[in-house]
Amino acid sequence: MTNREYEKLNQKKSPNSPLLKNCICAFLIGGGICALGQGLGELYQYAGLEKLDASAAASISLIFLAALLTGLNVYDNIAKVAGAGTLVPITGFSNSITSPALEFKSEGLILGLGAKMFVIAGPVLVYGITASVLYGLILYLFRLA
Amino acid sequence: MMYLKAFLVGGLLCLIGQILIDKTKLTPARILVSYVVAGVILTGVGAYQPLVDFAGAGATVPLTGFGYLLADGVKKAVASDGLFGVLRGGLTASSAGVAAAIFFGLLMALLFKPKDKS
Repeated sequence: MTNREYEKLNQKKSPNSPLLKNCICAFLIGGGICALGQGLGELYQYAGLEKLDASAAASISLIFLAALLTGLNVYDNIAKVAGAGTLVPITGFSNSITSPALEFKSEGLILGLGAKMFVIAGPVLVYGITASVLYGLILYLFRLA
Repeated sequence: MMYLKAFLVGGLLCLIGQILIDKTKLTPARILVSYVVAGVILTGVGAYQPLVDFAGAGATVPLTGFGYLLADGVKKAVASDGLFGVLRGGLTASSAGVAAAIFFGLLMALLFKPKDKS
């Protein structure tokens, strides 16, 4: 069988991407994580934090929970169902750091764990920070801030 | 009421991500990068702040909210520190989240065993 034939067969055999089901799962689980974040934020505000600090504390709590659940191998199982629902929230960013850190620990603490933890978070920081610097330059040059 | 808004807006942002994954074959890494950069741009043009006011965590928890944090931080820093603020603002505003993700990631990676690849 040539490669192309195999590809065709593969396409035929693989089930149609159940777009609707994926979208519903992503919506419900992603929305649920955001609602949880909202609840934590209000809890921290109730405990006496200012609004911005409460929001930051809620994000940090979600980051901690996602890292813990990744360590327990629970997050990846939720992600199989949730798709973008566990990727897009800040918990997905946390998972993208913990997951390769854990996986590449065996290759050493420096170039394994330490380097590979940024395999996805690195690009996110590179382009996010670059975009913010460019935005800042525009604000500064045109006296918009 | 705020919970419902956070749920709906956050869910919608995730749903858009799911459509991008299924329809365009964008890898998760590209989705995350796109969301953060989109958050910076949307904040820059003034479109994201109203969404944050409306949906709270529904707008700040998705990664576009990370972009919002970067852009909002830069804006405040340029206003107070001028040119230094261009470089200082983004990381200052997002420092807690970034440090938390790195520290907890390292901690959990040291505490737990990687899963079997069977």
